[in-house]
Amino acid sequence: MSGNGNGNGATGGGNGAAGREPSELLALATAIVERAKPNEEIEVACSYGRSTSVRAYGGEVESLTTAENHAIGVRVLVDGREGFASAGTLDDDVVSAMLDEARDNARFAETDPHVGIATPDGVEAVEIDLWRDGVESTPNQRKIELALELERRVNDADPRITGVRVAGYGDSSGAFALASTSGITAATRATSASVSVQALARDGERTQTGYAWDGGREPDDLDLDRVVGRAVSHSVDLLGSSQPKTGTVDLVLDPHLASTVLGLIAGTLTGDRVLKGRSPFVDRVGETVGAPSLTFLDDPTDPSSLGADSHDGEGLACRPVPLVSDGVLDGFLHDSYTGRRSGAGSTGSAVRGTRGLPSPGLHALTVRPGEGTLDELIAGVDHGLLVFSLAGLHSGVNPVSGDFSVGVEGRMIRNGQLAEPVNECTIASTLQRLLLDVRAIGGEVTHLPSGVSTPPVVIGDVALSGAA
Amino acid sequence: MSGANETASPSNDTSGGPLIDAEVVAAVLETALGGGADFAEVFAEDAQRGSVNLDDGRIESLASGRDRGAGIRVVSGESTGFAHTADLTPRGLANAARAAADAARNGADGVTRSIDLDAYRGAGAPVAQRPGEVDKATKVGLLRRAEEVARSADDTITQVSARYADSRRRILVANSDGVFAGDDQTRTLFSVSCVASGDAGLQTGTETVGHSVGFELFDRYDVEELARRAANRALTKLAARPAPSGTLPVVIGPGSGGVLFHEACGHGLEADLVRKGASAFAGRVGEQVASPLVTLIDDGTMGEEWGHYAIDDEGRPAARNVLIEDGILVDYMWDGLRARSEGRPSSGNGRRQSYRHLPMVRMTNTYLAGGDSDPDDIIGSVDHGVYVARLGGGQVNTASGDFVFGMVEAYMITDGKLGAPLREGQLIGNGPKVLQMIEAVGNDFEMGPPGTCGKDGQGVPVGDGVPTLKVAELTIGGTAS
Repeated sequence: MSGNGNGNGATGGGNGAAGREPSELLALATAIVERAKPNEEIEVACSYGRSTSVRAYGGEVESLTTAENHAIGVRVLVDGREGFASAGTLDDDVVSAMLDEARDNARFAETDPHVGIATPDGVEAVEIDLWRDGVESTPNQRKIELALELERRVNDADPRITGVRVAGYGDSSGAFALASTSGITAATRATSASVSVQALARDGERTQTGYAWDGGREPDDLDLDRVVGRAVSHSVDLLGSSQPKTGTVDLVLDPHLASTVLGLIAGTLTGDRVLKGRSPFVDRVGETVGAPSLTFLDDPTDPSSLGADSHDGEGLACRPVPLVSDGVLDGFLHDSYTGRRSGAGSTGSAVRGTRGLPSPGLHALTVRPGEGTLDELIAGVDHGLLVFSLAGLHSGVNPVSGDFSVGVEGRMIRNGQLAEPVNECTIASTLQRLLLDVRAIGGEVTHLPSGVSTPPVVIGDVALSGAA
Repeated sequence: MSGANETASPSNDTSGGPLIDAEVVAAVLETALGGGADFAEVFAEDAQRGSVNLDDGRIESLASGRDRGAGIRVVSGESTGFAHTADLTPRGLANAARAAADAARNGADGVTRSIDLDAYRGAGAPVAQRPGEVDKATKVGLLRRAEEVARSADDTITQVSARYADSRRRILVANSDGVFAGDDQTRTLFSVSCVASGDAGLQTGTETVGHSVGFELFDRYDVEELARRAANRALTKLAARPAPSGTLPVVIGPGSGGVLFHEACGHGLEADLVRKGASAFAGRVGEQVASPLVTLIDDGTMGEEWGHYAIDDEGRPAARNVLIEDGILVDYMWDGLRARSEGRPSSGNGRRQSYRHLPMVRMTNTYLAGGDSDPDDIIGSVDHGVYVARLGGGQVNTASGDFVFGMVEAYMITDGKLGAPLREGQLIGNGPKVLQMIEAVGNDFEMGPPGTCGKDGQGVPVGDGVPTLKVAELTIGGTAS
């Protein structure tokens, strides 16, 4: 099944010859780094991945995809000028051409004294094992059964469920290595697995949907009960939805939705946005930017987070980065460039795909819990909205101005009780206001596949736009 | 701007032939069929892209990327097996073919079929100036000029970024029906973004142009003019006030408003979603689904538009497909797999992001045909409403029909006249309802800026366009009561 590109002992042009183990990739990266000329800094990242995905529909396997991928990205720096090139194969001819192309690209960039590859900063990387054997040891037949079971269970859960748009299982296992002329080396391997489903429910004319997914490091981590329950209840509970009256509401966000909203805001607290004047939080370190109950940090060293990692995208050790403490802005996420330029130093927060340049970003946002369950938070709200889904996050949020306006569906809350379902409405505020308007933070933290770990959160006085 | 190719890197253009030889392709297809499958396909791709980024007063980086490989699809009954590889040797392809065949779980009891491929049919729009052969310094120069003009537009312009990007994608599609065709797709894009800083905070303005052409893109666009427009958009918004909250009449300006139809009904007319009951437009062909003023077309043949191609990623020629005519639903959009099950031809809408992805039904260039109304009369007909000059992206839940889209430049309309600029916000509506509420369609049709449409994790380039139009009411997601 994993047969394509199976290249044991292969030679010549095929990428079957390329490595799959972290050590093999590191050897390849190091060999390229050794080709650096005296005036060059070079950083090479390369990765290997193997993936399987299954889509079930109508009780059958709609599609089964198996694949292996290699990727490589090379940064070349000459006199503060940066060039980059990448490729989706480790074939010798392509890799050589790519190195030449990165060098050529560097000739046309403009000098910045702060640009450069990361240099070792003495911070020791935590040891985190992101590999589980379950992804590779689980037979494909079992993975297919998971997708089929997910579809069947959603279909059988409620007579109002009319079908499933897609039920899917996916996993990957792979290795990543990075080497540079500054002496940095990193080689890691990781696995992941996920399931997702979109349920369709219907009464009369309107169809409603409920989407749910779960992710972990291997198939055994996946909680099908929770996924089925969420997809079914969200779709069925939305039947009979109407457009709510325009007004203001307290938003109740369960951990999934809280991770989306807080992840979006925390994700703008990056050195590049701040240094380039593209953040509403410029010059606000030490000031109150959030409710006093609000504390969050980026902590990839916590092994329980699904965003945990030992090294960042430039090979530096990941470390906890305080962002907001008791409502006060602590600082920003930096990679080596923004760290040098700001004087703050890298916070080990470089994120990247192998085929892209690194930039500062979140790995494992962690929100400090308060008290109470989701139900208790709902019970404490007089007039509110329990959010099921948000729409248009890419088109409705401007991270520079902070304007926030997104489509929403969910159930109204009246006097602490869940009430009628609503759709065709929006919520609007600004990223700045949302942090200040946090009213309550629950006590139970969920570690989400997005890498965010958060309890449920209540945000007060958000504009709800609907019928007149 | 022209002829600057003295330092050009050598073109990879060896000939107009297929990416993989016919004999190899036929053998791979036979392996993929494995003696029992209904259909097998080889999709090979060699894609190159380059970009130059200017930000914060500096050419920050130039990036180049290369991707080549093949995806092999095997269909057996309703089940599809798919495997992809970056190894284009006969051995690598054969391994992928076996993996795909295994994945499709086809029985081994059939008769081995030999494949008779058609004569190779190569295609590709003529490119006047291959971006890969243009000196990088020339590309850098374009960004520099745009930056200079944007910064000098006003003291309140505090940040400028600009981006140049080109791509060339050569594909080969061959299948067990004998299809053996290729395409050579070149796209070039330029974008400039400004931040303006005022008493009420920061505002942004962006202008993007992109076409399925080469570097001759800049014969038709002046980067300085694009920079001025981006700067003006940010400056205008410095005076913006919060958008209203609630339901109002909305006039949508020409060009970028095409995203409204892309979301309100475009996705809902994709046959894969329709067949799964995940579309509010399922089972409605022949019905009046929109105001009689609405004629909606998806047209992959629109030369030089962002969503243009000669053949789709299943080897089918691009086509002009009328989806809605005078408000009546004519047909959905189809890819090969869905069309095959219905015993009808594909409409040439089978697309994929890369050789690593399975094709599915996707839009190309989707537009609302022009009407008769004078745009000024349309605005003049509104007592109290919103004029959206520029739309951003959007999103739709095809099953419920609810969709959102962002307004990035908008104004109040009071007594038929444009008033104060508005801060950004999102509009929300229900596709089937909104289509019936199109009250006027202008005579000023324009295509909008290039877009990337995302569906099930795959992004593909699309175009859209509209003339000025009026929707009786939409819900505006502002904060002002």
